[in-house]
Amino acid sequence: MRIALVGNPNTGKSSIFNMLTGLRQHVGNFPGITVDIKQGKFETETQLIELVDLPGTYSIYPRSEDERVVYRSLTEDGNAFYPDAILAVIDASNLERNLLLASQVYDLGLPTVFVLNMNDVAQRRGIKINTDVLRAAFPEAQFVEANPRVGLGKTRILDALNSIGKRSATSAVSIYEMDDIESQEKETISRYVTIRKIVSKAEIRQETSQFKSKWDKILIHPVFGYLIFGAILLIIFQFIYAFANYPMDLIDGLFSSLSFWLSSVLPEGAFTDLITQGIVPGIGGVVIFIPQIALLFFFISILEETGYLARVVFIMDRLMRPLGLNGKSVVPMMSSVACAIPGVMAARTISDRKERLITILIAPLMSCSARIPVYTLLIALVIPKQTIFGFMNVQGLVLLGLYLLGTVMALLIAFVLKLLIKSNEKGFLLLELPEYKAPRWGNIGLVVWEKVRIFVWDAGKIILAISIILWAMANYGPSDRISSARMAAIAQAEKNALNEQETEKLISSVEMENSYIGIMGKSIEPVIKPLGYDWKIGIALITSFAAREVFVGSMATIYAVEDDGGEQIGLTEKLKRETDRNGDKVYTLATGVSLMVFYAFAMMCMATLAVVKRETKSWKWPLIQVGYMGVLAYLGAFIAYQSLI
Amino acid sequence: MLKLLSNIANGEEVSVVGIQSSELRVKLLEMGLLEGQTLRVLFRAPFGDPIAVDVNGYTLSLRLNEAQLVLVQSKELAE
Repeated sequence: MRIALVGNPNTGKSSIFNMLTGLRQHVGNFPGITVDIKQGKFETETQLIELVDLPGTYSIYPRSEDERVVYRSLTEDGNAFYPDAILAVIDASNLERNLLLASQVYDLGLPTVFVLNMNDVAQRRGIKINTDVLRAAFPEAQFVEANPRVGLGKTRILDALNSIGKRSATSAVSIYEMDDIESQEKETISRYVTIRKIVSKAEIRQETSQFKSKWDKILIHPVFGYLIFGAILLIIFQFIYAFANYPMDLIDGLFSSLSFWLSSVLPEGAFTDLITQGIVPGIGGVVIFIPQIALLFFFISILEETGYLARVVFIMDRLMRPLGLNGKSVVPMMSSVACAIPGVMAARTISDRKERLITILIAPLMSCSARIPVYTLLIALVIPKQTIFGFMNVQGLVLLGLYLLGTVMALLIAFVLKLLIKSNEKGFLLLELPEYKAPRWGNIGLVVWEKVRIFVWDAGKIILAISIILWAMANYGPSDRISSARMAAIAQAEKNALNEQETEKLISSVEMENSYIGIMGKSIEPVIKPLGYDWKIGIALITSFAAREVFVGSMATIYAVEDDGGEQIGLTEKLKRETDRNGDKVYTLATGVSLMVFYAFAMMCMATLAVVKRETKSWKWPLIQVGYMGVLAYLGAFIAYQSLI
Repeated sequence: MLKLLSNIANGEEVSVVGIQSSELRVKLLEMGLLEGQTLRVLFRAPFGDPIAVDVNGYTLSLRLNEAQLVLVQSKELAE
């Protein structure tokens, strides 16, 4: 039996979902609409239940992409999520507003179980609810009380679902079309008239004085509000950079030893090479970002759970609006610092189409974790290790500068897009500021798990596919070009009396030079010359079009050095010595900075493009994104190189 | 005297008289801003926009241009 879980935002709906399903959750997609819907399975005494967690909404009539899914899932009979019954959560601390959606879904005519969430807020306000009045108002529905925070009510919900029966056929009330606003208004008013009568009889409030948190005084303060938000961001990012490195080094080591071990046990040949040089490093390249992404979402979901994030939206909205953004854009932008994929998806909560689109288009300009290996290598290469004013590390300042560059450019582009994109819709921000509460760690764990899974799944399959393609392009070339180059390299190695290891590196270097990718790198040299790049950098650029972090590995192969992961001392030293035909250094400050600017702006992530296509439902926007970011990257790098040379 | 919700000072209590016709009217109604509903302006974001309003025990935030759609009168007059 399929059951839809519905309710207002901030009603503890996801807690109830987690309480019922535990870890048996997966994410599904509504056909045609690409909003991920959480689904979970659990058993009652008699049957297996598939619970569909629909996005939180105040009314069945939708205004945002998220809410549209609720409307369609519940009204289009025969769609993949059309439920056999409805489980609707009602927050006892706000009975009146919650009953609007509750009465709407009750009138759909499906068997309905109402879960009255007697949460802490309701208890603190001394709210008591006479469920007999509610039962009389919704005679064909069942009512159960629950408090998921203390794990109360699970058995009662299961019992209710077990005894679910058919509704009498006449009880369904037809609902209006999504865009019939006039009728929706009339319906809403008449529903509230009825609801108020019910509430006046059903609800007993012992204490009428409202509990209002003193926290709001400081957290939305014109000065301290922003300072606190800034400090929280700083602490989060400090924490991530301090601690994500350990698991990342571990993962890196693990995958290189796996590759090494596989190449020693498997028979030599193209297939083994595909596994050890294409697939295993490809998977490793996905897995390595998990620690950072998990940590960032751990913090973001704490902020969300406690109710603080809504205050951030509240204080940022006025600042973001002149840029064509929404207070809610802060969350996608923060997420994009880990990875643009969950960032782009987080923009769904923005109900205004234009503000959402702009948020999606600029999200990849925020410096994501995949840029860090590139920045780290380039900074080590061209920025001197020294301190200014006695304590500020120049290399660290450059890294910070690159983050700022991305953020400032994102905001600037947002402003330009605001002027360019036309929209008849008026943006709005009707937002509930939930009361502050302690985070529920179980919920946070599940959010982190879900975000990591989305990343591994959505980005992972594309990164993996591309790394296999790139492996092939780097290992094969037209006719026997590679094999003759290999012969020449062996001859040269013999002449120079290189040892076995050096010979092998030289061979892989010339092989890459003569592969399809090498040829492509050489052919784009004239285009990238004004940026200060030679064909070797061209190869690295092409290989990292799919995923930026591949840059480091490609450079290591091209320069025939071991990619030793974290430190890259071998590679840095080699690059520092690299000279062009005239004997001038290739990796000057100008070239290095030009490359950093290029990577800060360029849209080099196929996985993000795929997600943007999915979210905007057309190729138009991802293509525009590739275009504008490409122009930015080229111009930015050009200016950087030409002014520093 | 009718006023706009956007002009109400922090801490002041008012009751809703109506909402000007607009695309947002149905959303504001859904959020509980019905005729006769008591509202109390709680606080404003820095720069005075958006504002936070107590609606029947929960806190709703609206941008000023959204609050401008809401016609209110002071509580004493309503009674």
